[in-house]
Formats: sequence, structure tokens, C-alpha cells
Amino acid sequence: MTTRSVGAPVARSEDPRLLRGEGRYLDDLGHDAFQIAMVRSPHAHARVLDIDVSGALEVEGLIAIHTFEDLPPRLQEPLPLLLPHPSLTAGRTQHLLADGEVNHVGEAVVMVTATDRYAAEDAAERILVEYDPLPAVVGPERARAAEHAVHDDVPDNVAAHLEQSIGDAPAAIGAAPNRLRFRLDIERSASTPMEGRGTYARWDGDDERVRLHTSTQAPTSVRAAVAAFLGLQLAQVECIAPDIGGGFGVKIMHPWPEEILVPWAARELGHDVKFTEDRREHFVSANHERAQVHWIDVGFDDDGRVLGLDVEFIHDHGAYIPYGLIVPIITSTQLIGPYKLENYRVVFDSVYTNTTPVSPYRGAGRPQGCFAMERTIDRIAAHLGKDRTEVRSVNFLQPEEMPYDFGLTFQDGRPLRYDSGDFPASLEKLKQLVDWDGFEERRAAAEAEGRLLGIGLATYVEGTGVGPYEGGHVLIEPGGTVQVSTGLSTQGQGHQTVFAQIVADELGVDLADVRVVTGDTRRFPYAVGTFASRAAVMSGNAIHLAARRVREKALRIASEALEVDAEDLELADGQARVVGSPDTAIDLKVVATLSNPLRYAFDESARIATQFANPGKEGQPPVTDDDEPGLEATDYYSPMSSTFANGMHAVEVSVDPDTSDIEVVRYAVVHDCGPLLNPRIVQGQVLGGVAQGVGGALYERMAYDEHGQLQNASFMDFLMPYATEVPSVDIDHLETPSPLNPLGIKGAGEAGVIPGAAAIAAAIEDATGVVIDAMPISPSQLHEQRLTTAQDRPGDTT
Amino acid sequence: MTGATESYELDVDGRALPVAAAWLGESLLYVLRERLGLPGAKNACEQGECGSCSIFLDDVLVNACCVLAADATDARIRTVEGFGDADHLSDVQAAFLGTGAVQCGFCTPGLILAVHDLLDQVPDPTGLEVREAISGNLCRCTGYGRILQAVEEVKATRSGASGPRGESP
Ligand code: FES
Ligand code: FES
Repeated sequence: MTTRSVGAPVARSEDPRLLRGEGRYLDDLGHDAFQIAMVRSPHAHARVLDIDVSGALEVEGLIAIHTFEDLPPRLQEPLPLLLPHPSLTAGRTQHLLADGEVNHVGEAVVMVTATDRYAAEDAAERILVEYDPLPAVVGPERARAAEHAVHDDVPDNVAAHLEQSIGDAPAAIGAAPNRLRFRLDIERSASTPMEGRGTYARWDGDDERVRLHTSTQAPTSVRAAVAAFLGLQLAQVECIAPDIGGGFGVKIMHPWPEEILVPWAARELGHDVKFTEDRREHFVSANHERAQVHWIDVGFDDDGRVLGLDVEFIHDHGAYIPYGLIVPIITSTQLIGPYKLENYRVVFDSVYTNTTPVSPYRGAGRPQGCFAMERTIDRIAAHLGKDRTEVRSVNFLQPEEMPYDFGLTFQDGRPLRYDSGDFPASLEKLKQLVDWDGFEERRAAAEAEGRLLGIGLATYVEGTGVGPYEGGHVLIEPGGTVQVSTGLSTQGQGHQTVFAQIVADELGVDLADVRVVTGDTRRFPYAVGTFASRAAVMSGNAIHLAARRVREKALRIASEALEVDAEDLELADGQARVVGSPDTAIDLKVVATLSNPLRYAFDESARIATQFANPGKEGQPPVTDDDEPGLEATDYYSPMSSTFANGMHAVEVSVDPDTSDIEVVRYAVVHDCGPLLNPRIVQGQVLGGVAQGVGGALYERMAYDEHGQLQNASFMDFLMPYATEVPSVDIDHLETPSPLNPLGIKGAGEAGVIPGAAAIAAAIEDATGVVIDAMPISPSQLHEQRLTTAQDRPGDTT
Repeated sequence: MTGATESYELDVDGRALPVAAAWLGESLLYVLRERLGLPGAKNACEQGECGSCSIFLDDVLVNACCVLAADATDARIRTVEGFGDADHLSDVQAAFLGTGAVQCGFCTPGLILAVHDLLDQVPDPTGLEVREAISGNLCRCTGYGRILQAVEEVKATRSGASGPRGESP
């Protein structure tokens, strides 16, 4: 008997292959391809005066060298601005190869193609580029001070200025009995997947088609961009995302210059071409995120209720803005979290700096917003001498107020409207899970051992499952295998398993009989992409709807074949059978065979569908007007608006009083993303996010010097957590279904990372009494702060 | 290419594999992946900082990106391709599957070898020893918790199944 698999912690079907080392990632493909190495700018800001390639020409194995001048006109156009916005008045994007000016270290200047990577790098090293260095603009405040410009035609360095508000925050703050003002600093970090970027193209000159494999979160859109740049019809371009070694946002940026240059070079050279970046290249030429400076002004009553909140921030988006304003818009709208803010004003400047461009990294602006809001609530609690959970409680939006429309515009251009959630219940669960009320005893015990113990918490709400749509295709083959496809790609989220679970339940088949393909435009050409915790919600629901249509068709054909009412049938164990008398049954593979009227009996099982065996109904053609051959269906899911997941983290840290070494000793998560399709996979997503949150709170920063040189472009210096740095995590779930989609689910991919820095900062502050206003905070920073911390902070006024 | 080439042979997963006319500066990782068709070991940094390229060289776990292939001609090399086959996963691989310790899978081959190495040498490691033992391997997806759990499972099964220590395949 097939048992229901949605909701069960099913083992992932993709794993046996990956465990045996049989995963096929980008660089595992195309071993005969020519390899590309890029000459990249060593300067943060410079004019390119001359490029001398003569020294490289002797290198054995060299195939070609291309500079900007060598590209055809269409490839000399800058990359598209993917997400235009009315406020983005000075949007600049990069060229595929630098056009006379470089704006960050790592910008590609010359493309070298050779028979292998060693030769390509040898040749690249011998190319002499003469630069005239220009002053570098580094850091959001220096950008806004505008002493120098990143782009000559944008003298103030401001790409966009956006203000949104609810009510009248300045007036409410002015009238409030209490007021606090302070500043918060959030440094740069980056997705940093273990697999970097890579693209492999195969040009078929006979068919005039290009087949592109690329490590992307958006294969259909890469395909469209390649067709546009190369002047090809869509039908001439196939784009496939193979196994992907992690994305976390950086691979939603597209097209990368290399994603256009590689297929172009393949066509030019009539040979397979591949680009795989190395780790240092990834650090300097793949996008970053996070860096913002916030100024908070908040007014509140004596219970800690926020009466007005005014936030100004500068968002550093680096040298170019290909991905538009998504990150700062998310920060400014999701900052609100689970609170009912009635007077809120937020204004930001998105500024250019001579550093690597910025596009979403898991969390996409939310960790910053959460840091701002939660640090604010903690300050209010400290000011009033109240328990931090109490101040949160008085500000919570209540479950009965949902759906709640804030009157702001979210990142998808639609209203910011929470669909569901029960914040008081989540907080109660979290307090239990971490034993919040028993903390003072633990603190005292730790103190007796000479340790400083502190506890903190942070809450968030995350808009997930943004539109516009995703699709799914489900097909039952005459052999019984169920083929499923969707257009978005997968980077380790277990989509093959989860989507198979959805289909197996709907069709009553064994999980093992369901094959899922993601991210292959040959199989499903319509898609948006994997970002914003949307894959399960969007493709999951689309596949669910497609499977339901297949189910209906199977029941109809089976009812005709068995001569029973479709209503009396169920699908189970790979059969359509009569409820209560399972002997009257027909195998789904037979139904699949019957669904396709045949002329030729190419094998034994096909006989039953041939024209003499199955002549069809009197007076009707074999395929009726409202029917199609085959047991298959395609469907799409397109939501009215995002669905909002939420959660809360609580953290206990122990700080060494002598060295200020920080250890996270307890980490508790309550997470509400609606019903869980596969608890093991969802929890895995949360755990991975938490590790990134810990990294963001304590270790990870892109250390640029004033000249725009990235000082820590290696795993030795950019401190991603190893197993020794990540705490064990207790997770509890609340399952508040979303009313917005058939499965009632919400996204879970980014949640784990969002509140980490805010919660850890709160715990450190609680342990040490030092106010934490920066993310990340390292032990040495903390130590210094503990030494110098005076009693009152000069920036705060009351 | 840059300098002298030579032909040699490597002993990989019990097979003698010829490497024809290769530059002597090539790393073992490069030769395994590009010349011998064994892409199981992954390249995530090429400078000994992530463990994705882990392999065994005469039973010693090393980063293949930091070893010259031509230096490994006298050694017994074992790669992830030598652990488990289509119908049989090693106990460590099975525990990773059972606990959900894989996400994107890019770090996984390296971690499988690191865990085999640990449990073959220290059958009953403490929690801290486990964390230390795999702290040469970066994983950006999982947060490591499930991997630690997998180690505990193998530890328990091995000590239950065969007294003090079990066999790795
Ligand atoms: S690739 Fe060898 S240690 Fe990272
Ligand atoms: S599973 Fe993706 S890096 Fe470890």
C-alpha cells in the first residue's frame, strides 16, 4: 500500500549519487573544452590605457585573446539592468569586458582562451594592461560624501533614493514619551558557495544551436539573455543547470559576463568552451551583499510600544547595480518583522562604491532589517528595564488581525500583506524551548565558574514564494515511470525528493517511480528562478496542480476501461481501482498506454492501444476535441502576493571575561513555514541557515582597505564557520498554513540566516553589558569595546 | 604548456592508471579530475583550505590540490569513487543518507573520506574530537549538525556490530 509521503522525513533521492562522488557539477563536464582565464583588474578604480598581448602569443596552447575592442557591437553593450524600478534613476551595469574603465578589483578586462586552464592562466599572466589609477570610493559613507565619483556621470554616487512610510513617524516620535536615536553598522559578506561560478557551452555548427550548462539559479533567464546577446532564436539555445554546489543567492545574478562570453566564444571558435572560476576570482568578481549603515530614531510609550519608527540607511551596492533595488527594498519592508507599526518612515540611498557589486545573498536584506528592528526593541527594553520578550509581546501583530496590509509596497511590486502567522504562540514555544525564564539561574551558575553568560532573541517575518509564477509538467509513461519537470533549478534543497513526494501522493505511486528534472530548458522552458525561498511554494504548487490534472485524466480513462463510475475509483499502489473492491483495478501504466491511441504495436503492451484493439467510441474520433494524447499535464501556479513565513531564534553565549572569546552555547529556533513537506529537508535548510547566521554575526566580513583592495580573499582569511564554530541547534515548528496556495506552504530556504546576527548580538550584550551595534562582532572588537565602553553612549539621547 | 612532460602511472582505487605526457607541475587533483576521469574529488579552493579535494594517499588523508601527481606514483591512492558502488553504500555514506547530512553535495565526497579516516583511526571519538577531525572540511550548506549525527550513528553501529571496531569497506 502506498503511504502518504508528504509530511514524512523521506530520505533524499538525490543523495546516493552525491555520496558516491557521482554528482556532476559544472566543472565535471566538458573535459575537452577550451578553457577560459580572465585578466582581471588589480585596481578598484582606473582607466585602462593600453593592453599589450604580445607576450602571451608564444604560450603553447593559446587559442584566442579578446578585449572589449574585439567584441561585436551587441556584446559591447552593458549587461541588462534586470530589475528596473522608478526610483532607480542612475542605474549602471558592467560591460562583459571593461570598456576603458574598471570600477572594482576583479572586473574582467581580457578574456584568454586556451586548450587547458594552465595554459590559459600562463597566457593571462603575460598580458600587460596599463592602468591609470583613479581615486577609489570605498564604504557607504564615503560614497555618499561624494568627494569622488565611481561613475563620472553619477557625481553624487547615488543610484537610487527611495522613501516609504506608514502614518506619520516624525510626528509620532516627537509626541512619544520616550525616544532613542542610534546608529548601526553592518559589514559586507557574501554567499560563498563551495562551488563557484562556471559556464560550459557547446556550439553545434550543423544544427546552429548552442547548449549551455551553467551553475545558475535562473536557467530560463540565462537562456533568454544568451539568445538576445548572440542574436539567436530561443529555439537555438538550450540552457541546463547541472548539479550545483550551492547558490545562496549569488547565482541568481545573471547573466554573468562569462555566461554570454563563453557561448559566444564557442560559436566563434567552433569548439566547446568552458569557464570555471577559482576561489580568489569568486571572492572579487562574484557579487557580495549586506553592507549598510542605519540611523534609527524611535519613539515609544512606557510599556515599550513603538509609537513611531524612523529609519534612514545607506545601502552599499558596489560598482554596479544589475539586480536593481531588491535588497534595500527588502530591508526597508521586512525590517518591520512581526510588529504592528502604525507610524513608520524608511528612506534609503543606494550608493555606488568601487567594490564588487551587490545582489542578494541568502536573507537578501532581511538580516540587516532584522538587526535594525531587533536591536531597537532590545534598546527599548533596556531603557525601560523590561524583559525583552515582554516588549516584543506588546508590539506583536495578533493572529486575528491577519491578513494584515501595512500599506507599503513589497519587493514584488505588490502590497506588503501578511497572510498568516501566530507570533505570540511562536514566542511562547521559543521561551519553552530555550527555558527563557530559567536563564537567570544558569547565568548565576556560570558566573560562579567565572564565565559571562548571556541570552538574546530575535524575531523575523519573511516574505516567501514571490511571483510571478512557476510551472510543472507531470507525465506517466506507458512503462509506469512518472516524469516530472519544472523550470527552476536546484542548489541542494532536495527538490527532486520533495516534488516527487507531492506527485507520489497525488497519483498513488511509489516515490521510487517518480523522476524529477529541474532547471533544464529542454524539459520546461517557462520559469522564473530559485530565489526568495520560493521553489517549494511556486514549483511545488504548480507540480501539485499538474499532478492533479493527470490524476483526473487517469481516473476518466480508467473509468471507461473498467466501465465504472470515476467517482468510485481511487489511485493507489500504481493502479486505478474501485474503492472497497481492489480486485477491479487497472495499472496506471496501462492507463498511460490507453491514453495514446496507437497505430503500431511496437511492443506487447502497446497492443491494447492499437486501432483494432481499441477503436474508440462510436461517432467520435480517437482523440476527441477536448482531449490530447498521453497521460500528462502542465500547470502553473501564480500567486496574488507573497506568503509570509516567520520565526524566532534564541541564543545563549558564553564570553570569556579575560579574552572576550565568544562561544554560542545554546541555539533554539522556532520556525513557522506552514505544513512541512519534508521535515528533514526543512530542518536541514534551517540548520544551514543558522550556520551562515553565526558566520554573519561573529566572523564573516569582506575586509576592504581604503584603496578598495579585498584583504581577505581566501578561505584562510574570510572566516566561514567550520564544524568547530557551529553550535548544535534545537528546532521546534509551528505550522500555520498559508491561505494563499493549495498546499498551504511557505518558503523555508532563507529563514535560518535572518535573525542570527541580531540574536547573537543581543546575547553578547546581555552577557557583557556592552552595547552591540555592529554586525559582525569579533572577539577582538568585543574586547576593545569592553575596555573602552563608557557608561553612556554619546549617540543615544532620551 | 609550461615545462617538461612525462608519462607515468598512478595506482588509484586498486587500478593501475596510465597518465600520458603530463606536465610535472600538475596537481594530483587536476590529474584525477582532468586526465583520469575521476571528478569525485572537488576543487573549491585549490590551496588546501577546504578539504573538498580530500583523498587517501597510502591511508593518509590529504588535500589532493596540494599534492603533485607525479609525486604520488609510488603511493596507493583512494578516492571517493572507491567507496561504495551502485548497490552498496559504505556505512559512512549510508549514515549521511539516513541523517540527511547532504545538501548540495559539493563538500560531501571530502567529508565522507574525512569521517572514514576519523573512525578508522579513533573508533570512539568524543564530540570535540569529531568536530576537530572534520574541521579541515568546509561545508556551506548543512551547518554540520547532521554530519556530526551521522558520525555518531556509524560509531554506534560499528561498536554494536563488531565489538571494538568495524570495518570500513
Ligand atoms: S580544493 Fe583542495 S583543499 Fe580546497
Ligand atoms: S552540502 Fe553543500 S557544501 Fe556541504
